[in-house]
Amino acid sequence: MKILVGIKRVVDYNVRIRVRPDGSGVDTDGVKMSINPFDEIALEQALRIREAGNAEEVIVVSLGGTECQQQLRTGLAMGADRAIQVDTEENLQPLTIARALLKVVEKEQVGLVILGKQAIDGDNSQTGQMLAALWDRPQATFASGLELSGDSATVTREVDAGLEKIEVDLPAVITVDLRLNEPRFVKLPDIMKAKRKPLEVIPLTDLGVASENDLLASQYAPPPVREKGIMVEDTAQLVAELKTRGLV
Amino acid sequence: MSENVTEREVMEYDVIIVGAGPAGLACAIRLKQLKEDLMVAVIEKSAEVGAHILSGAVIEPGPLDELLPGWQDSPPPVCIPVKHDELAFLTATKRRKLPTPPQQKNHGNFIVSLGALCGWLAPKAEDLGVDIFPGYAAAGIHFLADGAVGGVIIGDMGVDREGQPKDTYMQGIEIHAPTTVLAEGCRGHLSKQLINKFKLDENSDPQAYGIGIKELWQVGPGKCQPGLVHHSIGWPLDTHTYGGSFIYHMDKDRVAVGFVCALDYSDPEFSPFEAFQQFKHHPSVKPLFEGGEILSGGARTIIEGGAQSLPKVEMPGALLIGDAAGLLNLPKIKGTHQAIRSGMLAASHLADKGTGEGFDGTLRASPIMKELHKVRNIRPGFNKGLWRGLITAGIETVTAGKLPRTLHNHADHSALKKLQDMKTVDRKWVKRELAPRDRLASVYFAATDHDEDQLVHLQILEPDVCISRCGEEYGHPCTRFCPAQVYEMVEDTDTSAGQRLQINAANCVHCKTCDIKDPYQIINWVTPEGGSGPNYQNL
Repeated sequence: MKILVGIKRVVDYNVRIRVRPDGSGVDTDGVKMSINPFDEIALEQALRIREAGNAEEVIVVSLGGTECQQQLRTGLAMGADRAIQVDTEENLQPLTIARALLKVVEKEQVGLVILGKQAIDGDNSQTGQMLAALWDRPQATFASGLELSGDSATVTREVDAGLEKIEVDLPAVITVDLRLNEPRFVKLPDIMKAKRKPLEVIPLTDLGVASENDLLASQYAPPPVREKGIMVEDTAQLVAELKTRGLV
Repeated sequence: MSENVTEREVMEYDVIIVGAGPAGLACAIRLKQLKEDLMVAVIEKSAEVGAHILSGAVIEPGPLDELLPGWQDSPPPVCIPVKHDELAFLTATKRRKLPTPPQQKNHGNFIVSLGALCGWLAPKAEDLGVDIFPGYAAAGIHFLADGAVGGVIIGDMGVDREGQPKDTYMQGIEIHAPTTVLAEGCRGHLSKQLINKFKLDENSDPQAYGIGIKELWQVGPGKCQPGLVHHSIGWPLDTHTYGGSFIYHMDKDRVAVGFVCALDYSDPEFSPFEAFQQFKHHPSVKPLFEGGEILSGGARTIIEGGAQSLPKVEMPGALLIGDAAGLLNLPKIKGTHQAIRSGMLAASHLADKGTGEGFDGTLRASPIMKELHKVRNIRPGFNKGLWRGLITAGIETVTAGKLPRTLHNHADHSALKKLQDMKTVDRKWVKRELAPRDRLASVYFAATDHDEDQLVHLQILEPDVCISRCGEEYGHPCTRFCPAQVYEMVEDTDTSAGQRLQINAANCVHCKTCDIKDPYQIINWVTPEGGSGPNYQNL
């Protein structure tokens, strides 16, 4: 079985992000970029499945410009066998990404797709679900537990009400949550080995997927600055202040 | 370093460079330019090159012109030519312009972000075939049987707070090389270890240091004047504390502001962080920052000892370059050009001779040393206070350091006076309004990140001293000189003294002030897990 893991190049989770003064987006000038943390967890799980003997190949895929090859090489250093960069300069939306991933899935005849539950920049949590629907295969999202047995997988999902256990037939799409595993550190010699692993570049247009966005984000703004509060002397003053503000 | 029975995996290189700062990267680039077949690796403890380095900074382009001719055609992302220089003397209320000393004339120089410069140099090194490994900390030295340095040991990762392996445990490998180049910067922990072991400083003055604290601000429209360089001395410091401020106007409405305090200050109650914040509130400074916001900030110690404190920079199997050796020119407040030169010099020495042996002689005969020698008496001149220091500086500048005398440096940690010997000083400090409110608010901008579940990387070699002596003698100065509020005395009814030292290691910005200034010299800074620490942006 081949496992496909999607990884996205995002602003590192440690960066203190700022909105550009003109409201056009988040300032990514000179900021550190890393693999989306949930995608690392996804890759770690794929590697464990391969190491347990239930898959022969782990392929990492990323959609973006040449810069995302950095993240793909990190994925290879962690242990993936092959990498695919779907080359595009466009800012893609989940539906487009899902369509592109489907083409890769069909081309590679993948048995399992593992994705992060969401990217920390868009926070959409849509790509995995859309891919499953387009592929007409089952989905198990927000996985915090995963067991494979033959042609199916038992997934523990973190949902609002608690934990839900479902069984899905493979091939399927699984998206992972924080508590599934802790990704391994990369060994230095593996960074060197990763340089020699295959990395294929496929232009997005070659996959026959249109990159036009249906949605346009028109404005970004930081949350309003919290107003300075006032100290009140006693309960009477508190009530008076609340009344002035029409809150009681 | 945990004792490990399993032998570590080994990688071999011709040269291993510790630290991807300007010295380390210049050395790597030059090595490959001279001998492209050499296998060169640079290891760097920060998660990304540039994340742990900060400086004002105004740099002299000369060494960069030599290393990378034509670099100005595609300069680093933050690079603004200096347009105008001013030095001023501040009192609590006034600002008096002083004549700009020749060492601070910056025509032809550039305001840069040192972090961005390193981030720009790194791919150039990689294009030449250098292997750069950010996120890996050199935690120890691999010694050969004859005691020579044979390489470095990368720190283990995935170790918990008690030193036990976690599920993610990964043993650090060893990198062996005939030559190890230490480019860790000021007070590098491996450099410190090796200087002690090989007694490299037995013929030098004690080293002198300063702490530099910096913030990068986005100021209100119309306030930024790109290329403007302002330095000041005087308030908020007293006449016995050496230091001063810098304000560098960059592009995109960004202004870099910072403050340097020499660490030989004597008042145990002094807080360098507070001095910096006070400076921003001077009537001539405050309007610039009102209505602005902080983009990033951090702190790092600066090596100030110059020629007299320079240790021997070679030992069997290893070299010291850049500020790991101590090449910063303090009157110019510049070290980057010296660091780059020293990296290049080490590279040409190694390429030429095939060994680091003789590098100490090469360095001392070079223009790098000549530059340090010329200004050698200026810093120690200030040991007698601001006014004597200015006079000495004037004389030394006019005579270009040719007077047949060499003043000496004293150790910073022993300069601290005990509480009982200290008279209270009225610093005329004011109530503050500008961000950041305090050190915790400030450390947020350093974006420093450490897994809390790892060994505390600040080792207290004699923990009893904190409770039994320090409180009475010095009043716990570590709780004041650390710019990140790592050290705290907290109430603890379980102890006989009713309090204990709490080390908030996760706040640490790797500045090394504690390792230097602690009066008992019982704090030993070692490297935490690779990738931990600040994530400076454009500093």
